[in-house]
Amino acid sequence: MKQSRIAPWIGVIFGAIYFLVPLIATFEFSLRMERGRYSFEAYRIVLGDPNFQASFGYSAFIAVCTIIVGVALVVPTAYVVQLKLPKLRPVIEFLTLLPLVIPAIVIVFGYLRMYNSSSWLPLTGSARGTDVLLTFSYVTLALPYMYRSVDTGLRAIDVRTLTEAAQSLGSSWPRILLTVILPNVRVAVLSGSFLTFAIVIGEFTMASLLNRPAFGPYLQLIGANRAYEPAALAIIAFAITWACMGLINLFGAMGQQTQRR
Amino acid sequence: MAFLSIEKLVKTFGTQTTVKGVDLAVERGEFVTLLGPSGCGKTTILRMVAGFETATSGTIRIDGKDVTDLKPNQRNIGMVFQAYALFPNMSVADNIAFGLKVAKKSSAEIAARVKEMLELIKLPQLGERYPYQLSGGQQQRVALARALAVKPQILLLDEPLSALDAKIRISLRDEIRAVQRSLGITTIFVTHDQEEALSMSDRICVMNEGHIEQLGTPFEVYNYPTTRFVASFVGTLNIVNGKVADSATGKLLVDGQEIVTSRSLNGASTGDALSLALRPEALTMGRANGLSNNLDGTIDEVHFLGSVVRIRVKFKDSAISLDTFNKPHLPPPERGQPVTVNFGREDILVLDGAPN
Repeated sequence: MKQSRIAPWIGVIFGAIYFLVPLIATFEFSLRMERGRYSFEAYRIVLGDPNFQASFGYSAFIAVCTIIVGVALVVPTAYVVQLKLPKLRPVIEFLTLLPLVIPAIVIVFGYLRMYNSSSWLPLTGSARGTDVLLTFSYVTLALPYMYRSVDTGLRAIDVRTLTEAAQSLGSSWPRILLTVILPNVRVAVLSGSFLTFAIVIGEFTMASLLNRPAFGPYLQLIGANRAYEPAALAIIAFAITWACMGLINLFGAMGQQTQRR
Repeated sequence: MAFLSIEKLVKTFGTQTTVKGVDLAVERGEFVTLLGPSGCGKTTILRMVAGFETATSGTIRIDGKDVTDLKPNQRNIGMVFQAYALFPNMSVADNIAFGLKVAKKSSAEIAARVKEMLELIKLPQLGERYPYQLSGGQQQRVALARALAVKPQILLLDEPLSALDAKIRISLRDEIRAVQRSLGITTIFVTHDQEEALSMSDRICVMNEGHIEQLGTPFEVYNYPTTRFVASFVGTLNIVNGKVADSATGKLLVDGQEIVTSRSLNGASTGDALSLALRPEALTMGRANGLSNNLDGTIDEVHFLGSVVRIRVKFKDSAISLDTFNKPHLPPPERGQPVTVNFGREDILVLDGAPN
């Protein structure tokens, strides 16, 4: 009996050490910029760096654009699949999983071939065009998480009956989607959005190959040239990701509470 | 011309025909129930009237206008669903106001109509609550108010009481009927519960395997079923096998005992076997003289149901159940006790078709 309790604890402690020790070590190292004492000097330098602010601001903006395009694409798709084309669900699920099995570098090379400056749609010919391409790349990259999240949310409500109730009251399809369906999958959409935000903020391959001033390439650049600042940046990136995860859990708990009530 | 007119309506799903050429005419202000077992096509007809299913063939007319191919949001129909279908993100008042906002009514008009509807369903103080804060019965009343707020031409009720417990179901069915009467709205009600159908409807349309078996008032359907299916589906029924002893006088033999019916023998001749049906409430214990029929048997089972005691009496090969009121000073009879069951000549229903 005692043995069966100890074994899981050993597993938990081993996992915690494996995960936490490098993190604590990184944090400790990031505080040692000033000789002989701990300080947040590395953080001050990083946060005060105009390139940090510009790259983080750029990535945050692209993340918001990605979320908007992703929600506009995924919510109606998942809704129509659930309501009208349930037989297509396995096909859609397979398609949305593809970004997990096709490496980002392959996707981005495909984009560069398709949308280069001498192609029929020369998106890489201008900075704005490349931003649009990067946004769509991130939509693809975040598709598995966004689709699953929204699909789970839609399965939790009686989509068909709610739709029919709204239709019988004279409502049109766009109105049903915006006023009935979307508010009822709000928590799922938010979860997908936070995951998307976390992915976009840390993404390197696509932003680097498309030559955009995003946070991922900035992290790589600092990592290659400085000692203490990369550690501070790693901790900041972790904090952002954790904040996103915390918000997912918070909204998830709120959603569950509402359903229980 | 009928207010709602359904003509030769057919619905096919793949190779299966669910609705087989149904004709139904419903008058303005009438409460008609589609009653039948699961899979009989009653909900499919309702959904075709609402526009959620497209008819394979046939026409649906509302107030003379052909609506067969109209979209659901163009039909001006109010619908109440079994699962309430209240919008979880909206308060009670917002749910009721939803259709009015879609119709672009003024704020003052919406507020006045919402207040009127809340009073109609006797929940004037609950406008600010959310669906999850209401009981099942309250949610269904709000769903009714929401459907009625837009002043629909027809109200469709798709088993609205099925998800509620017995006590609420009975009180809500009375409320729905009272609201329907006060507004005079033409209503189609779908249920598989015969008690609901009998207690609420102006007319009942009994359905089986995609077609209408019988259409009539609750009194007609219950007392004068025209088919074997209606007789067995509506109400509790004892079915016994009999033989025509004399077709001219209506003499029949049940397990060798002679009884007489005053009803038509459906063309059966002397010597023919037929199925006879008897309602439990038409039977009484004890020997009766005069024009009544008597059958001698023994008590096989006694079921105490509270206000009623259901007694099963066995004859030679067949058995019937009868109901007696519970009398606290009179204990129920014992199993194995000999008993005579009597019933009137007009209480015997002669069913069509050969006995099973």
